[in-house]
Amino acid sequence: MDASITTEQPARAAPAHRLDSVSLAIAGSGGSGVMTAGTWLLDAAARSGLYGLMVRTSGPQIRGGEAAALLRLGTAQLESLDDAFDVLLAIDWQNVHRFADEIPLRADGLLVCDADAGEVPEVFRATGAKVIALPLKKMAKAHPGSWINMLALGITGTLAGLAIEPLEDAVRAGWKRDGEVLQANLRALRAGAEAVAAHALVQRPPAPPSQRRWLLSGNEAAGFGALRGGVRFVAAYPITPATELLEWMAPALAQAGGCLLQAEDELASINMIIGASFGGVPSLTATAGPGLALMTEGIGLAVAAEVPIVVVDVMRGGPSTGIPAKSEQSDLSFAVGGLHGDAPRLVLAPTSISDCAATTQWAVELAEALQAPAIVLSDQFMGQSRAIVAAPELPPPAARRLLAEPHAPDYKRYRDTPSGVSPMAIPGAPGTTYTADGLEHTEAAIPSSQARDHARQLDKRLRKLTGHDYGARWADIEGDGPLAVITFGSASGPVHEAARRAAAQGVPLKRVTLRLLAPLEPELLAQALAGVERVMVVEQNHGAQLLRYLRGIADLPHPHSFHKPGPLPLRPAEICAALVEWAARQEQTA
Amino acid sequence: MNDMCQPPALAAAAEPFAARDYKSDYKPIWCPGCGDYTVLNSVTRALSIVQRPPHEVAVVSGIGCSSRIPAYTACYGFHGVHGRALAAATGLKVARPDLTVLVASGDGDGYSIGGNHFLHACRRNVDLTYIVMDNHVYGMTKGQPSPTTEPDWDSKLSPGGTGVRSFHPLVIALASGANFVARCFSGDQNTTAEIIAAGIRHPGFSFIEILSPCVTFRPEQRGWKDLVHPASVAPTDDPARAAKRIMTDDGFNIGILYAGHRAPYGGGPVPATRTPEEIGEEFAL
Ligand SMILES: Cc1ncc(C[n+]2csc(CCOP(=O)(O)OP(=O)(O)O)c2C)c(N)n1
Ligand code: SF4
Repeated sequence: MDASITTEQPARAAPAHRLDSVSLAIAGSGGSGVMTAGTWLLDAAARSGLYGLMVRTSGPQIRGGEAAALLRLGTAQLESLDDAFDVLLAIDWQNVHRFADEIPLRADGLLVCDADAGEVPEVFRATGAKVIALPLKKMAKAHPGSWINMLALGITGTLAGLAIEPLEDAVRAGWKRDGEVLQANLRALRAGAEAVAAHALVQRPPAPPSQRRWLLSGNEAAGFGALRGGVRFVAAYPITPATELLEWMAPALAQAGGCLLQAEDELASINMIIGASFGGVPSLTATAGPGLALMTEGIGLAVAAEVPIVVVDVMRGGPSTGIPAKSEQSDLSFAVGGLHGDAPRLVLAPTSISDCAATTQWAVELAEALQAPAIVLSDQFMGQSRAIVAAPELPPPAARRLLAEPHAPDYKRYRDTPSGVSPMAIPGAPGTTYTADGLEHTEAAIPSSQARDHARQLDKRLRKLTGHDYGARWADIEGDGPLAVITFGSASGPVHEAARRAAAQGVPLKRVTLRLLAPLEPELLAQALAGVERVMVVEQNHGAQLLRYLRGIADLPHPHSFHKPGPLPLRPAEICAALVEWAARQEQTA
Repeated sequence: MNDMCQPPALAAAAEPFAARDYKSDYKPIWCPGCGDYTVLNSVTRALSIVQRPPHEVAVVSGIGCSSRIPAYTACYGFHGVHGRALAAATGLKVARPDLTVLVASGDGDGYSIGGNHFLHACRRNVDLTYIVMDNHVYGMTKGQPSPTTEPDWDSKLSPGGTGVRSFHPLVIALASGANFVARCFSGDQNTTAEIIAAGIRHPGFSFIEILSPCVTFRPEQRGWKDLVHPASVAPTDDPARAAKRIMTDDGFNIGILYAGHRAPYGGGPVPATRTPEEIGEEFAL
């Protein structure tokens, strides 16, 4: 635990598993405003110089119904939820028990609820957390015009050790207009803060860090990365949890000189971006599993016609319509393998919310450079969570498409060059007209069913991807030792935290966090695993998809799998326990 | 338009272009006598009427015999997947409004697998010229019924006929908001070329249905040349009147049947006002 965050009562000393952070959940039902309270709490934490993460969770209803904002605040960047929560504030109990699995409460935690909201459900009472029952509704009524969630904000903010000023500033900034209603809510906020002042878990907020920090969601980060990468055309069909990426991009593209078009379906979206990119404009679509399924024929067209495009797949629970608003990493097999024909494509996965920007930018650059489709595997956890992060250091935009010279003599669009990349002519350029084709074709872009042309173009399309130098970014390789853990995407955060804890318990691990999933060169993986005796692959799906995929590519030394489906988030503690137990088990047999 | 992938500067036409300047050297794969040959002639002639340089024109298609047209022109072409030509063309035209974009389909490609895109292209009203070579059959897959096939037409896949009423593309286009609706016959190259040229010039989405016989699977369509006749009344700008006329005509009435005044799609790239870095600063604390 960081020195600047200390518990008030020595009796409540930090258990060994706690890092320098505090975890809070604000839950309630229909219209109680828990998401607003959570968002403003994160804002107040940002104003206090903290880092933080806010994950949204809700029931299946469109609007209303139970919802919870899950927050973790700390003095260093956080990429994962903690194992359990220090505070649960329930505005009411309607269906909140459905979150019991998602909000495990520490035995030394605090449960704040409305004294008049009825019995505390047994699942929460059983945790042993101390119950602080306050007359929340009555307290809000005492300040006519105020919202009950502002009391919740005052309470949770104070328990997390935030001063009243940043909380007030967050409310003012969120409210946007002055007046009696704002004043009433500020009074409610202060009433909440005063009511729990004696119980604060954390004292005195830390001094603001010197680092430049940003507040954004993974979806926004991905949109920003795409924009920086040069994307100026987006066509898409709304789908949870990808929609916010599109909603962020619509105005941003207009400001940056591009545009977004809402397509009639995903078949249209993918073909629209292929058309726009054929026209020379770097293009993107964002979707989730059901949409990706509809797009596969189009992605294959982009492979064959060699048109650069980027598809951001914000994964959610599957198959079929699955669990729309909850996270899973189960589209991996589909992304790396789910096209008909031999269809080499790029598949990338951001390693954190903040990395969504750099990795999506890289995806645009690779797609443009290699004239191929790139699929970016984000997920609901990364996409819809908001986080306070160190401002990402993004490489300067480097998207370059190899363009044909006007009037290039003997121009052949699909010329088989040594790199496999052939100069692309853009409509409007004189002297290089050709017809792009999804049918197999000759170098001159004439449809051909001859074995020779097919073999040649297959080789060319594969070679341009496998022969490219991706540099060191294909994976983050950290730590050392005979044991390695391999992971990707939003599993990376909990895995890193688990590995740090395991190291503290005497189990050092090498961590291989994959960013480029396809093409993945067996030599690169072999180098990364040099000296490693055993590996564990950690991922959030039911079928151990990453493990199976890697084993198809490379020889993994004594592979072991830790995989579980969504929607419960991967917890550092469960991964750490699995790592420690795995390490010990082999020592015994050795 | 973004700085990383600038489109080439478009040249002003110096020399007048002849129809042959829009034809490529590739020999079509069509059956001898297929109506699509003369549609190709009409397309190249229409382009010579509008005088847009070939490299400033893109011809986009899906899959089918008719969809082979792009490679037979000297323009930029895009031969995509079955039914999605309108989507690809929409993306291209919205991202590159400076180009002239033609879209070519068959009745299966355009009305069956691509039916949803047809409705939405009509209502979206992007400035495209959509040419459907309608032969009331799937030619490329060897003779199955299409949405415009008569319900009693006997085929291997639907012995005795489908029993399903045929689709009325012109009226559906009108109801969906197409801004220019015409019917042509492939054998009448002059009229077809004139109408395609008018469609290209008409702002917004132009829909041109061309009766184009499949001599292989519907040899009786050779008789269409004796059935077609020019429309007896001038085009209207009233969609309800146009729809009524089309519903009650004999299906062989040739000409521009409707020309409306809807403003084309208003989306598309706008001049940049901020750099991505400036936009990103919104995230900064
Ligand atoms: C997704 C998909 N389904 C089916 C096909 C097979 N297919 C190719 S062309 C075609 C029909 C073409 O008919 P039409 O559009 O009327 O054009 P025509 O050949 O008559 O000009 C079909 C069904 C395909 N290529 N792709
Ligand atoms: S099958 Fe019919 S449509 Fe196709 S080329 Fe032959 S005649 Fe033309």
